[in-house]
Amino acid sequence: MAQAATNAQPPVPQRAGLGRRVAAALVRRREASILLILIGLSVYFSLATEAFGGRDNAQVVAEFSAPIAIIAAGEVMLLICGEIDLSAGMVFAFSTWIFYFATTDWDLPILLAVVLGLLSGSLVGLVNGLITVLVGVPSFITTLGMAYLLNGLTLNISGAFPVEPPGGETFFRFFGAPPYVTVYWAIGVIVVMTILLTRTRWGLHTVATGGNLIGASESGVNVRAIKVGNFVICSTLAALAGILESIRIDTIQALQGGFPLMFYAVAAAVIGGTSLFGGSGTIVGAALGVLVLAVLNLGFTIQGISAYWFDFVLGLAIIVSMALNVTVERIRQSGRLGSTT
Amino acid sequence: MTEPAQPRQAPAQTPDAIRVEGVSKSFGVVSALEDVTLHVRPGEVLGLIGDNGAGKSTLVKILTGFHKPDGGKLFVHGEEVQLRSVTHARSLGIDTVFQDLALVPGMSVYHNMFLNREITRGVGPIRFLSNRTMKKRSREYLDDIGVRVPSMTAEVARMSGGQRQAIAIARSTHSDARILLLDEPLAAMGAREGALIIELIEELGRKSDVSMIVIAHNYVHVLEMCDRVNLLRNGRIELDKRTDETSVEELTEIVAAEYRQPPNAS
Repeated sequence: MAQAATNAQPPVPQRAGLGRRVAAALVRRREASILLILIGLSVYFSLATEAFGGRDNAQVVAEFSAPIAIIAAGEVMLLICGEIDLSAGMVFAFSTWIFYFATTDWDLPILLAVVLGLLSGSLVGLVNGLITVLVGVPSFITTLGMAYLLNGLTLNISGAFPVEPPGGETFFRFFGAPPYVTVYWAIGVIVVMTILLTRTRWGLHTVATGGNLIGASESGVNVRAIKVGNFVICSTLAALAGILESIRIDTIQALQGGFPLMFYAVAAAVIGGTSLFGGSGTIVGAALGVLVLAVLNLGFTIQGISAYWFDFVLGLAIIVSMALNVTVERIRQSGRLGSTT
Repeated sequence: MTEPAQPRQAPAQTPDAIRVEGVSKSFGVVSALEDVTLHVRPGEVLGLIGDNGAGKSTLVKILTGFHKPDGGKLFVHGEEVQLRSVTHARSLGIDTVFQDLALVPGMSVYHNMFLNREITRGVGPIRFLSNRTMKKRSREYLDDIGVRVPSMTAEVARMSGGQRQAIAIARSTHSDARILLLDEPLAAMGAREGALIIELIEELGRKSDVSMIVIAHNYVHVLEMCDRVNLLRNGRIELDKRTDETSVEELTEIVAAEYRQPPNAS
């Protein structure tokens, strides 16, 4: 009954003009529109500059995107269940230092050091989650405090001097060394998190928690566990991104990541269609959002446009995306696009 | 006290689906329920009427395990129980469709139907949603009880008020609820939508052995869908009649009597 495109019987809903169908598809699948924007930008920069369309630049875009995409995947889960983590960028740096100390100061084997680094991220997420859910402090505040707290802690324990990441050649080859290793990890994270979000009870309950908090708990969904769990997931992914990135750039420093990285991730999630009101969003959309940021960043750099304009465009993109989200949601609620009764 | 009216649904010797004996509940100095005694036979639809503040919501919240009564006894299928929590009540087959319906607007019909009771497949702790099975069963069940929704994958946000109510009711009965409490299922609903829900409640009353307590304000609706009606007033049950032995006029008269002014004051 999907291809019933003739003009008869008014009560049958699945009949609409091509334009309306395309509009409806774009409304339903936000990834489609962001993909169009991404392709458009890439084509524009390829035509406008000689240098843009090269293999090296593909690598630059991909590797710039990888850590942001990994963090964005976690932020999407949190945003969907109605929370946010502002401390992810600080976990990114903090956990990398834990990983460093675990090998150099505590003489642990390298893989155990990685696990410890990841667990330090999980712990931060657990604390964020418990304070938010049990005490009732809004996550915006909890994680803002946590961000400054961690930043101070990281600066102290690191002595503010950059170091080289520990580990041998083989380890590096699987864990972050260029080219493209961080990108493979990012793709893996995107796949796993997409499955978690769309194919498991955890994902469904995350959507339900953000979509109708009271309703979900009346239905017996453990909304607190869902929220705390997603804080843990987000921080652990931030730790993973931090360790991978430090190996890619061959440096560990206290000030890597931080607020800019976290806000890129949140901005990418929003541009990719995740609602800040909770209840909807996709990992793939966020990843496409990250790519849009990366392409813009590189394109502006090659064109010699000031970095300030990048911030300008990024800000514009966030506002436009959110305005679009809200408008699209209103159209959906009114049922003017897609099938209605 | 007179002998309660005998319902037609089940032989007299089977225990009541739910039985409340002398239940009281007060909040501080405010006494919400004084001494409530009522029962619902298996498969029976009991209408609960009463003014705002009569204690209907308190009673429902006690029956769903949300509030603990100060005194009195509660029997479910003949066995005395102390409801510890909403989850405990649900495990005994008591489910409530609240006025807010507890549906997630942004989720599909079938995911709402199976929310927190999802069907999964997989090995050990690694389990994935069986979306196709859930879709199929939702479709079958909704067809079976005569609820019409355009598509299982459509978001609940796009459903009408009546459809949402029907989905919420179907979700409870589908998940082995034996005793269903409906909190004003016809509130804020158009005539056509309301008729749909009345039909659904009647259908469930006929087809299944689900027992229901329906809170409602419209006596026409109550007489239409319920087997028996109880009036809750001042924290007590003040009337217990079979619906085929009473009328809208009588119910109106009884409820209004309390507020009746002396005849000359118009």
